Amino acid sequence: MSTDTKQFAAAIRAHMVQMVHRVNASHVGGGMSMADLLAVLYGEVLKVDPAAPQFSERDRFILSKGHTCAALYATLALKGFFPVEELQQFGQDGSRLMTHISHKVPGVEFSTGSLGHGLGFACGKALAAKRQRKNWRVFTMLSDGELDEGSNWEAILFAPHHRLDNLVAIVDYNKIQSLGDVKDVLDLHPLADKFRAFNWAVKEIDGHDHEAIRAALKQLPFESGKPSCLIAHTIKGKGVDYMENKLLWHYRTPNAEQVADALKQIGGPK
Amino acid sequence: MRTAFINELMVQARTNQKIFLVVGDLGFSVIEPFAEEFPDRYLNAGVAEQNMTSVAAGLASEGYHVFTYSIANFPTLRCFEQIRNDICYHNLPVTVVAVGGGVAYGNLGYSHHAVQDIATLRTLPNMTVFSPADPDEAAGCLRLALSRGKPSYLRLGKAGETKLHAPADDLTQGPLLVRNGRAPVAFAVTGSVLKPALAAAEILSQQGVETAVYSCPVLANEFAEKFQTLWRHKKIISVEEHVFAGGFGSFLKEIAPANVEIQIRAIPEKNAALVGGQDFLRKAAGLDADSLAQAAREFSKK
Repeated sequence: MSTDTKQFAAAIRAHMVQMVHRVNASHVGGGMSMADLLAVLYGEVLKVDPAAPQFSERDRFILSKGHTCAALYATLALKGFFPVEELQQFGQDGSRLMTHISHKVPGVEFSTGSLGHGLGFACGKALAAKRQRKNWRVFTMLSDGELDEGSNWEAILFAPHHRLDNLVAIVDYNKIQSLGDVKDVLDLHPLADKFRAFNWAVKEIDGHDHEAIRAALKQLPFESGKPSCLIAHTIKGKGVDYMENKLLWHYRTPNAEQVADALKQIGGPK
Repeated sequence: MRTAFINELMVQARTNQKIFLVVGDLGFSVIEPFAEEFPDRYLNAGVAEQNMTSVAAGLASEGYHVFTYSIANFPTLRCFEQIRNDICYHNLPVTVVAVGGGVAYGNLGYSHHAVQDIATLRTLPNMTVFSPADPDEAAGCLRLALSRGKPSYLRLGKAGETKLHAPADDLTQGPLLVRNGRAPVAFAVTGSVLKPALAAAEILSQQGVETAVYSCPVLANEFAEKFQTLWRHKKIISVEEHVFAGGFGSFLKEIAPANVEIQIRAIPEKNAALVGGQDFLRKAAGLDADSLAQAAREFSKK
């Protein structure tokens, strides 16, 4: 299984690099950092059905860091929610694959793009499941930079108060935000302690270690009666040496030569 | 008006299991009966309007028609982007309810004056703005919001507004004729400021001038055609407890034919610094009965 999710992650990365290249899009770095998390989530954890994207008992996944949607579109296409060929339409005129995540795309629950919206929406869904006594779960992927938004801290207060142990917040903690290192812009450290102080059950893992991701996400909730927070320590641009830990790759698009180099390094299907 | 709202909401909630009320830690002595009768469909989200609104969108995405409830600008401007993106863009059935529309909160000051709400909210996709004038209109707007199952904003006064006219059967049919008249000038009003407009018409009547008065509780481009009933009057004074820019008068000007002249009566921005009760602030803005009657007289002579 481990090999499968690794191949899945490589395919996500390979598609993403080509997608952003085609349309000269930004935000490849933050997509690369969460690719392994997406591969394990969609490969083994989430209860979803590509043939029936809206089936009522599905797990809900909310991408709050909507600017890194190329990775999720690739994930969904590879999973069978829509044809992989459609990824070529990413960001093109008239396409439904806009370059911030869109709920018009099969398998996508919620459009974001402005930061600090996903967790509150996820809380609403999790609360609905509790009130309706449903067993499905709600997962949301947050960026570290977006934790600057006060709205997130409203939701971080809310979820434990309402005992939303069907809610999982995954933080793609790649330590780089829009204009610099997180520690220099608005430091989040100690992030796990902050979530714990707000009464979340927290685990910290290497967000590129599939065994660790799998182990964490198969023990949900981390603690009964509490929402779960998985802080995934990641590397922005992971998988391509010239992108890794470089702020520049929040913005830059790889040229043809760099794409070829990236695909060689990633080793995924072309 | 807020009492009419909660009473109607409870009536509807007894048969409609989808109704969910989320309050922003406000509504003391108003919302308690709902909370007691429908604990599974009630939530106090705390003093956190951004999250309240996103949570409402999340609940709505799972089948509820959610009412968010707070006062003045807290459930609207404070969380405008959550309304725009989470609710309206996703076309979810959430009705944002604000108590204290206009300057109903008078001497509580500028923070509590909701006078930019119509202008801002009516620009949002899928949104219908409801601005009732009296308790019956408030209840009717609530029922319409529910039946439409789309984003909406319900702008309430506060407590104690009196009944101003017989309830209308169907609020989708455009402006409600509250007082008939043949004078060239007609008042078109939105919200509880209908009361001084009706008083102005009475003053004019005593002077031998019969002025028509319309109440316009439903504002949305979708209903623009229904405003044709107004256009038989070629001079219209629009009346609103809102700033001039972008509000009800602007809406009318956007949809009126070229041969209809519209004079907007609204609150000047400079009045923001004034302190006083609702009647005082209305008078300062020329929204009292005498000022409106005077305006109609002058407009009719033009």
